[in-house]
Amino acid sequence: MLETVWNAVAAILAFPPVAVALFMVALMVTVAIYTLMERKVIGFMQVRMGPNWISFFGLPFLRGVAQPFADVIKLLVKEVILPTNANRYLFMIAPLLAIVPALSAWAVVPFAENWVFANVNAGLLYVLALTSMGVYGIIVAGWASNSKYAFLGAMRSAAQVVSYEIAMGFALIGVMILAGSLNLQEIVLAQQGNIFDWYWFPLLPLFVVYLISGVAETNRAPFDVAEGESEIVAGFHVEYSGAAFAVFFLAEYANMILIAALTTVMFVGGWLSPFAGLPGVGDSLLGKPHIGWFLVKMVFFMFLFLWFRATFPRYRYDQIMRLGWKVFIPITIVWVMVTAVMMLGGLVQRGV
Amino acid sequence: MLAMGVIEILFFLFSAVMVAAATMVITVRNPVYAALFLVLTFFSAAALWMLLEAEFLAIILVLVYVGAVMVLFLFVVMMLDINLTPLKEGFTRYLPVGLLVALAMLAELVLVLWSRGKLGPEDYPLPTPREQGYSNTQAVGEWLYTNYLWPFEIAGIVLLVAIVVAIMLTLRKRPESKHQNPAQQVKVRRSERVRLVKMPAEGGE
Repeated sequence: MLETVWNAVAAILAFPPVAVALFMVALMVTVAIYTLMERKVIGFMQVRMGPNWISFFGLPFLRGVAQPFADVIKLLVKEVILPTNANRYLFMIAPLLAIVPALSAWAVVPFAENWVFANVNAGLLYVLALTSMGVYGIIVAGWASNSKYAFLGAMRSAAQVVSYEIAMGFALIGVMILAGSLNLQEIVLAQQGNIFDWYWFPLLPLFVVYLISGVAETNRAPFDVAEGESEIVAGFHVEYSGAAFAVFFLAEYANMILIAALTTVMFVGGWLSPFAGLPGVGDSLLGKPHIGWFLVKMVFFMFLFLWFRATFPRYRYDQIMRLGWKVFIPITIVWVMVTAVMMLGGLVQRGV
Repeated sequence: MLAMGVIEILFFLFSAVMVAAATMVITVRNPVYAALFLVLTFFSAAALWMLLEAEFLAIILVLVYVGAVMVLFLFVVMMLDINLTPLKEGFTRYLPVGLLVALAMLAELVLVLWSRGKLGPEDYPLPTPREQGYSNTQAVGEWLYTNYLWPFEIAGIVLLVAIVVAIMLTLRKRPESKHQNPAQQVKVRRSERVRLVKMPAEGGE
């Protein structure tokens, strides 16, 4: 009886529209919790409390937990102001251009073995193409707002994203060489073994470059010159209010979570367990590969985003360009060659 | 595999969007709109390639042209402050020449196709779907690195030369710019910047 009910529930959950809708809800809730985490974590790092007032039903131990939901309600009921002489259509389309790539890239991310919406062959390329499209939302928003500050933010963002995309692509070439596949699931399976078989170890420089480029690509601190509130107010979304602003906000956080998930998949073994094969824990739940490990690693990288923001001062613009073009791109090119030589010399094995 | 009818509908849908967007690129007044319509054109082309099961080419088209080239295009176009009237004036004047060039190109295309006897619709059958497990990425890679290795490598070198030349053309020393060297900035020690001087206080004993 219980089994038939369970099977029916599983069949409904596996129905693609239901699964996608459920995932979207989960992602939105994660974004909500992430914004709260951000304010709390940075608050604690700066020795203050963070949001500690709004709670559900006045329960004292939930103080601050309801803050993101209060924020969402506030943003949704506020008026969306259209600035004078703004380009009406592009102004309204820009938030959508930002959110759609951030959401659709999730289609190929494998959460556990065969837990993936679309197990496509060229998954890695698809992800790269979609993450590079997110910048259109920012550029179009900056231009359509008819505001100097927004336009400056958009220009900065365009140059920055295009620069760091190159380093990001080169970092992924190392992964492709080792995994011998563009399929994200096969990339994870190719990392099977212990913690030193994950690609962060043979590809350590590429791992670091990818992570930092990911921060730059999402326009997060210390690379957030596109918003740079001390210089250009709030950058590209200075003219946006209410729900339109909320969509930009959502896209930024969805992108951060996406980069965390992609780093997990490509460099630290996705859903694989770090204790696999160790005597004692190898057979228990700790040693088994499952979605729990994926989530633990993803949350760790999400935490890094907050940690960076709390500890580093904002980069100067010329320093950002120098880091991208003169430091990261040479490092990645050299390490791609080193990887190829390592593989030819038999130091590392091709995964698949 | 989708039914053939669905693929045909999608083909005509994407083709219509592509042709319409391409027409808008050259007719729309605002250059930023034109650039954005060009993005839509590229996207529809990528969708058509996807229908032909050429997923590698489709995604690379989006990645390179939409994700990088058109961003830089927009970057430049948005910063232009174009006065639109002179642009419109030239249009009617150059229209006959443009039409002539277009007709000549069309005639050449038709002549080549006609000389091979491939003008009827029956000469262009629907592509047969690939078998299960076909990977376009792998196929392109195998062709590029075996049969077409030399052209591929030479194209790479030509592009590299183009990059170097483009940088050389714009690279010039500007003595008046206040260029900073981050390596030197980092290397600075306290002793080079600060000198503590012991002085007797004024009016002391």
